[in-house]
Amino acid sequence: MELHDYLPILVLLVVALLFGTVSRGLSALLHPRDPTPEKLDPYECGIVPERDNPERFPVQFYLVAMIFIAFDIEVIFLYPWAVLVRRLGVFGLVEMAVFVAIVFVAYGYIRREGVFDWAPRKKLDRTLLLQRYRREAEAARVASGASETEAA
Amino acid sequence: MEFDGWTALIGTGTVVAVFVVVMLMVILAVWAERRVAAVMQTRIGPNRAGPFGLLQTIADGIKLLMKESITPRQVDRLVYELAPLLAVLPAFLALAIVPFGPGFCIGGQGTDCSGGYFVDMQIANLNVGVLWFLSMSAIGVYAALLAGWGSGSKYPLLGGVRASAQVISYEAALSLSVVPVVVAAGTLDTQGIVLAQSQYRWFLLPLFIPALFFFVAALAETNRPPFDLVEAESELVGGFHTEYSGVRFMLFFLAEYVNVVTISALFVTFFLGGWTGPYPVAGSVNWAPLFGAIWFLAKTVCIIGIFFWLRVTLPRLRYDQLMALCWKRLIPINLVYLMAVAVWVAYQATGDLPRLVGGG
Repeated sequence: MELHDYLPILVLLVVALLFGTVSRGLSALLHPRDPTPEKLDPYECGIVPERDNPERFPVQFYLVAMIFIAFDIEVIFLYPWAVLVRRLGVFGLVEMAVFVAIVFVAYGYIRREGVFDWAPRKKLDRTLLLQRYRREAEAARVASGASETEAA
Repeated sequence: MEFDGWTALIGTGTVVAVFVVVMLMVILAVWAERRVAAVMQTRIGPNRAGPFGLLQTIADGIKLLMKESITPRQVDRLVYELAPLLAVLPAFLALAIVPFGPGFCIGGQGTDCSGGYFVDMQIANLNVGVLWFLSMSAIGVYAALLAGWGSGSKYPLLGGVRASAQVISYEAALSLSVVPVVVAAGTLDTQGIVLAQSQYRWFLLPLFIPALFFFVAALAETNRPPFDLVEAESELVGGFHTEYSGVRFMLFFLAEYVNVVTISALFVTFFLGGWTGPYPVAGSVNWAPLFGAIWFLAKTVCIIGIFFWLRVTLPRLRYDQLMALCWKRLIPINLVYLMAVAVWVAYQATGDLPRLVGGG
């Protein structure tokens, strides 16, 4: 394995670049240009856009990005070990078992923290919510009943 | 083997050959997908351009080249222009390590091909082939992210953020499901992985769970249904490529299908024995490389067919289901399975279990 094994990849890169830029250039020559103000608006299903783009995103996205880094680094550790499992024998197995166990501890923690729950606030326990609704409905019923008796 | 003009010529030749083959496959795949979907939904599908509508994709390509390529006024010019290229480049670069067939020798003698030139039926026979593929598919994330960001519009932005979270999540699942293959084959070299599966010792059976997970992650990684939330048209219009039209859209579209071809080819390589087939056993006939390529392409087409089949069959997942599937199912189960495979492989390598436990 020498560096010139990578040369065909360089050729491939050039071919792919050429494909992209040539088709882009060809289209620049061929395509009509007829811009109108409406056409150049950001697409909004035909509605005139009123508000700017959201600047804030759900924190979940950031969390996933961070967890991804942890797991991706883990996988990168796994690869050299995977190639050498046969030679490392028991030592390698024990080492990796410890490593995976530690990862699982972290995994269990972030899972319990609800990082992987994207559903609309699952942690607001459904039964609790139901109880609250029932209480409110009951209160409303009592209130309306009271006002009816008053009216009578 | 030293490096000279002939090596360069052979290298360039393989690049061009692979490029042409894959472009043909992409063109046919786009047509086939529409026809298959049409048959499954009792429609007719494209049947006008050429026999059976075979030229439909080419007609669409020409149409997209000649269509107005609108650049909305709010875009970030550099990022907006860069994104389609960033989609196409990694898609093609990932192809470099796909082994289309067994290597063969031109004008040389013996098994080491002395005095001649050894031609790999793949662009670059890297000893880190699997890592090369994973890194290229990771770079592919940038296309969706930058397209969403650079468009300066709401739907693309949402689509881009979704896409990056989805793709990096399934990136972890995808790379984890390849590790058992590497453990079983003992190499990161794709040709080595194929050779480890010769004589029908396909990894599909012993590694069925990683194979299944690889396929699921592959669907999500290429943003194919049922994981196409990135461009869920009922909520996000066109997702990250909403603001792209004409040739720029074509490049995104092309990249998606090149990715489908690559990842199907790699599924075949990792789990279905690559180019090995019932006839002929490698090296026994002069035409072995050709037959190898035929077996390989046939298997790949079957996997691509499953991609289309699933697209027509399954409804789109919800975003929380998508994330839960990846992080709560694929990744932990894969890790456990990986350890089981590793114990088994180490047991096989060191002989009997007592020796393994005793530190042999």
